[in-house]
Amino acid sequence: MTDGSPRLAVIGAGPAGLAASLAAAARGIHVTLIDAAAAAGGQFHRRPASGLGARRPSALHHRWSTWERLEQGLAAHLEAGTVEHLPDHHVWTVERTGPAPGARPGFTVHALLGPLQERSVAVRADAVLLATGGYEKVLPFPGWTLPGVVTAGGAQAMLKGGLVVPGRRAVVAGSGPLLLPVATALAAAGVEVAALVESLDPRRLPRAAGALASAPGKAAEGARYAARLLRHRVPFLPRHTVIEARGEGRLEAVTVAALGPDGRVRPGTERRIPCEALAVGHGMIPHTDLAEALGCRVDGVNVSVDDEQRTDVPGVWAAGETTGIGGAELALAEGHIAGRSAAARLHGTAPDPAAGAARVRTRARRFAAALDTVYRPPLHWADQVTDDTVVCRCEEVTAGRVREAVTDLGAGDLRTVKLLTRAGMGWCQGRICEPAVAGLTGCEQTPVQRMLARPVPLGELARAGADDEGHDGGNDHAPGRPAGAPHRRTHDPDRQPTQSHSAMSHPTEREEPS
Amino acid sequence: MNPLDLVRAEPGRPFTVTLDGRAIDVLPGRTVAAALWAEGVTSWRSTRGTGRPRGVFCGIGVCFDCLVTVNDRPNQRACLVPLAPGDAIRTQEGTGHDD
Repeated sequence: MTDGSPRLAVIGAGPAGLAASLAAAARGIHVTLIDAAAAAGGQFHRRPASGLGARRPSALHHRWSTWERLEQGLAAHLEAGTVEHLPDHHVWTVERTGPAPGARPGFTVHALLGPLQERSVAVRADAVLLATGGYEKVLPFPGWTLPGVVTAGGAQAMLKGGLVVPGRRAVVAGSGPLLLPVATALAAAGVEVAALVESLDPRRLPRAAGALASAPGKAAEGARYAARLLRHRVPFLPRHTVIEARGEGRLEAVTVAALGPDGRVRPGTERRIPCEALAVGHGMIPHTDLAEALGCRVDGVNVSVDDEQRTDVPGVWAAGETTGIGGAELALAEGHIAGRSAAARLHGTAPDPAAGAARVRTRARRFAAALDTVYRPPLHWADQVTDDTVVCRCEEVTAGRVREAVTDLGAGDLRTVKLLTRAGMGWCQGRICEPAVAGLTGCEQTPVQRMLARPVPLGELARAGADDEGHDGGNDHAPGRPAGAPHRRTHDPDRQPTQSHSAMSHPTEREEPS
Repeated sequence: MNPLDLVRAEPGRPFTVTLDGRAIDVLPGRTVAAALWAEGVTSWRSTRGTGRPRGVFCGIGVCFDCLVTVNDRPNQRACLVPLAPGDAIRTQEGTGHDD
């Protein structure tokens, strides 16, 4: 039994969240592991849906033995009742809730349930560990909204989870360490990968050689991918970029071009590659919304943490991509350190040094920093974005309107550009277009304060607020009622999750011209 | 090679759903987006402003580009919603509230 044990809510069940959960639970903490997906593992350890009956899931999986170890650890703690796993829980905010008389300050995690996301539950904890991961950055180019153009990570997720591919012939393009595994996975799954287009300039590699060589495992991994590319005869085009996607109603071809040493497209090098799919990405961005809602310090786009992975808000830890993009190995190390620290601090002691994990963290951070100097989107990518290119996919705001906001209307920061153009006001809350708008306008990309990490039905928002007054202190999913069981409020099946019920700014709240 | 063979999949029995009234067979566990990709369908929404086609973009629930109407509920993220036998998928026009 863990009644009376300190309670830690871990948000995110990827490598960082799992490592943190196992480390904390092994040290006498009751862990509630809250995750949006149906199964633990995060994006990195995404596996085929169980109904698909994969007998050899490792064929599409990186570091399968690591996953097996995490899975076995989780299973043991679930069995022992030291970890409670809440899948299909989409966290929309975390709030500090005032201390009950004589008790520790606490936190309430609010999460919407299941794919429908109409009903919200609250989870109480003494401390919170944010392992919310990251999402992919894609810079725009003409035609990037055509069906068939997907993010590199999206192509990977659909393949790993649904065992489906976006077309018979694909181009993988952009910049970053994700492109290699995506290209090789698509090729292994039978897709003809017509080109791997990477803006990386191999001549920059020697400058980062020291740090890159410090991670021999990574170098070997890179060599394995390179061998697979050769085996699948995937043409590799370094110092190239996609300048346009074309097609009638869906993607039919991309135009790629070589980049000069100045980072500009070299005129006359354009060539057309017919394809049904383009998997494109330009790196990753940390999910920091929950940290920001809690008032944690964010440096640039990363949640700021100390050596123990503590944020500057007492009782809040952060680990993995949310503290800076660095990959799964770094996430595991940070998660482990964070879980140990949270356990010790909740017991009122100092954590034992985790020397091994700390060494891995140092090395992996150095490696990630070196990769950052190698993988860069083309310096002058914005030159290729024509005025009629849609930049904000949700609100269909073009590059021309974004530029006008600065040149004609005098906007000097992202928020003003957003207010003048609606770029960033749609469903995705600006997550997709923000780097593009920043690049097009020259405005600094600062953390956006998203009060709610995802759209929330207004009724649930009101109920969550009402619950805070005179709360009984228990979890909505308290033992005795399984997570996802009917809530105390009767669910109205006729209630539609309409946009007008959604607690975020959206143009459908005003009259649409017919 | 195809993805199912690659992982030596032995899926459960397919079931039937409809896309705009047309019956399609779906392997258990697949999301709306995966089922439609398996059918070769890559767009199932037109935008509010210019009526342009959209489908999967981020594939992990962040971008909201793959919105679709399932069982008369508009604005579901096709990449997140798993299908069940008999589900009715409808392509979504604009806000999804006009039809």
